[in-house]
Amino acid sequence: MTLKKIIERFSEGILFTSSTVTTVAVLFIVIFLFKSGISLFKTSSIEEGYSLALNARNPVKKLTSGQVKDIFNGDITNWKEVGGKDQDIQLFTLDELSAAYTEEQMGAKFERLPSCVEDYVSKNENVITFFDNRYYPKHFSGHLLEMPPISFKEFFLGREWYPTAIPAAQFGVLPLILGTLWVTLLAILIALPIGLITAIYMAEVASERVRRIFKPVIELLAGIPSVVYGFFGLVVLVPAIQQLFRLPVGETALAGSIILAIMALPTIITVSEDAIRATPVSMKEASLALGASHWQSVQYVVLPYAKSGIMAAFILGVGRAVGETMAVLMVTGNAAVMPHSFLEPVRTIPATIAAELGEAPFGGMHFKALFALGIILFIITFIFNSLVEMIKSKNNQ
Amino acid sequence: MPNFKVEAKNFNLYYSEFQALKNIQFQAEENTITAFIGPSGCGKSTLLRSFNRMNDLIPGVRTEGETLVNGVNVYDKSVNVDELRKQVGMVFQKPNPFPKSIFENVAYALRVDGIRDKRYIEEKVVNSLQQAALWDEVKDKLKKSANALSGGQQQRLCIARALAIAPSILLMDEPASALDPISTSKIEELIYDLKRNYTIIIVTHNMQQAARVSDRTAFFYLGELVECDETKTIFTNPKSLRTQNYITGKFG
Amino acid sequence: MKFLTKQRGKQLKQTLAFGTFRLVSFSVIGVLFLILGFIVVRGLPAISWDFLTKMPENGMTEGGILPAIVGTLCLVAGSMIFAFPVGVFSGIYINEYLKESWFKKLVRSMTNNLAGVPSIVFGLFGMALFVDQLDFGDSILAGSLTLGLMVLPVIIRTTEEALKTVDDSMRLGSYALGATKLQTIRKVVLPICYPNIVTGLILSVSRVSGETAPILFTAATYFIDRLPNSIFDQVMALPYHLYVLTTSGTDMEKTRPIAYGTALVLIAIVLFVNLLANSARRYFNNKLK
Repeated sequence: MTLKKIIERFSEGILFTSSTVTTVAVLFIVIFLFKSGISLFKTSSIEEGYSLALNARNPVKKLTSGQVKDIFNGDITNWKEVGGKDQDIQLFTLDELSAAYTEEQMGAKFERLPSCVEDYVSKNENVITFFDNRYYPKHFSGHLLEMPPISFKEFFLGREWYPTAIPAAQFGVLPLILGTLWVTLLAILIALPIGLITAIYMAEVASERVRRIFKPVIELLAGIPSVVYGFFGLVVLVPAIQQLFRLPVGETALAGSIILAIMALPTIITVSEDAIRATPVSMKEASLALGASHWQSVQYVVLPYAKSGIMAAFILGVGRAVGETMAVLMVTGNAAVMPHSFLEPVRTIPATIAAELGEAPFGGMHFKALFALGIILFIITFIFNSLVEMIKSKNNQ
Repeated sequence: MPNFKVEAKNFNLYYSEFQALKNIQFQAEENTITAFIGPSGCGKSTLLRSFNRMNDLIPGVRTEGETLVNGVNVYDKSVNVDELRKQVGMVFQKPNPFPKSIFENVAYALRVDGIRDKRYIEEKVVNSLQQAALWDEVKDKLKKSANALSGGQQQRLCIARALAIAPSILLMDEPASALDPISTSKIEELIYDLKRNYTIIIVTHNMQQAARVSDRTAFFYLGELVECDETKTIFTNPKSLRTQNYITGKFG
Repeated sequence: MKFLTKQRGKQLKQTLAFGTFRLVSFSVIGVLFLILGFIVVRGLPAISWDFLTKMPENGMTEGGILPAIVGTLCLVAGSMIFAFPVGVFSGIYINEYLKESWFKKLVRSMTNNLAGVPSIVFGLFGMALFVDQLDFGDSILAGSLTLGLMVLPVIIRTTEEALKTVDDSMRLGSYALGATKLQTIRKVVLPICYPNIVTGLILSVSRVSGETAPILFTAATYFIDRLPNSIFDQVMALPYHLYVLTTSGTDMEKTRPIAYGTALVLIAIVLFVNLLANSARRYFNNKLK
């Protein structure tokens, strides 16, 4: 009796532990994602341990990370452009330093490097330097630029994604967000009508025999791994698009959308077929008994009845397309530019994470930025899931 | 012109292997009410659904012989099922209004028939609701959802919906079985009134109901039409022992 | 009679509509067979006994894909060892023990949401936590845990849905006979719904075996010339192998046949598992009848 009780307690303990592990894991994932991603907005876009400095007499006291990037790219060449005097900007980094001073002056172990920097900066009013913090002397006469942390505005509205640019990395995710929407939108425009039509056909028109073939085939379509879709897209679809539209490259938003549409089809078909089938027979019978044709009954009674289920299918399809990684990574060309046409390469958020995470050093800015992208994906799917849940619970009422 | 509005001649119906109706002979005259009675699964609803071919929806259904409406075999190849169903209105066991407004429910048959004339539709809707004795209760809320009505009102709405397309025959499949006694008596009164303009066949489980509303009663048992006669005769002096046993409540 | 005359427009519309629907639907099925057929036709010539049992040679341009097959099997096995029990037990606990409350709702919506989170996000998390923070490195362990986390919500949901199909009257009947809650679950509830749970588990195997994004940074490596001998080893994996061969192979022309072969093997595995799930479903259904 007691042994039985102990076993019972023990088993229930296991069940409880499992669900606790799950709950903790889930919360942990969410917190971890957000913590890592949000910390991006506490760092500046200059790599940690490095600083930019100006001559103390230079009236410019602040630069945005965009301006810094343009200066070092050579797109801004005069201080006037960033609110200073009419002087040419002179870049001063390790290369210029070793050109300007002899090894003797810098010291055998570079121990006199800071004084060289001090010397050069104090003599040249138009200089901007970029060095490891250790290369600046303790009592530095120049003006060390304090870079502000990356702002939400820069992140969400920035149009440039150069996560590894030196000295100032650019984390504008607008092209990635738009790229994702761009590819997803077209994919859904293709997949929704086709999926809906197939669902209607399967639920209303097809004979039981045809349906018994279709059903497992659609499930199969859902089971094929995304990397295989990507592979198929790359070897068949991409060359076809390239030839058809006479493009320099076939890796385009269009290719991504078509592959995504095929991948979203099973979700859309299955969910909307279920919704259509859930229409009570009595509704259909009522319509038919009033002399409506089968098609009219589908149009005026069945589809309106199933519309929230179809809406759920649409949302789930979009959700699947937004998060899809491998296939999109393989066929869209991955250019992080604002999308203009469907015949140009674009880059989506998941593809960016997949392509760049391997190169991003752990805990660095770039790494955090990819986590921030992960948060965006998480939030998007969270919203979609909540919408579907809402529709479901409304239907149950 | 045929003598009978609705007929079945040597009619057999099979669900795959199972024979649900066995060699049915049946006639109903114009402007009469016929009640179909019998235990569950005896085939009475199946026969009812054979007159407007609602059985077509069930896979594996096969028929032999004829069911005739206005003298035409409805299973004939030249028959257009949609047009047939416009002639033969049907009311179901459970009220099944569409999740649309009251007005749109009644207008539905007209709209799918391709009628666009707003005035005509309005007139028809009002007229049908009046015939179904529902007009006074809903005239102020025609735009409201039909689902907001009570069960009895919903069923009368379904009757109005069936009347809108001006059928000459009404098939009713246990129209009051899901309703409370008061709603039931309203429906029964309504059915009795409708006799003037329609030929009505009503399937019912409730023998008092059959006795109250019908002119003739047909008793079904295990797929056979055992007996069809004046309602009075069936209830007071049935020819068949099986009919008598059923009516007196020996089985059911 | 009036109903003998056909209403042309209405019939024509229906014929047109349904005809179009049939065409579109068959095209959808056609697309699937196109993809499958293409990979089978191109992949079949590459398949041989050696291809399945040998190491890759000459910078992937020759030899077999044995380590990738073994790697995928390891990852599947590893993730399932973790996710099966935790998922099924959690599902049972949530459905049978937790009372209706905000907490249950929270747990439900959490697992539901997690089930919809893109797999790359799991990869991101797995890399940061398992590979870096916990210092498992790129390994079978890290990859399995990441994949396991990914299918965990799916398994929980499958379990819960299966449990929900059991009518409450069954449970009450069992309690009425003096059975404890656990006995009721074990002897009454689970025997009724385990077919659905098993089918769900098999399907999650199919999903795990094809996933690439979660293992990109947690387990998979481009090339390794030996089979793994510990859970801290990196592995090759079929989906990753296919990805690498197609996008960054050393010699695209020469690796193409191997890519087709790999795709075929991958599809064959996934389809086989799917088929297994289907026949399991059918088997259980027949048994229940």
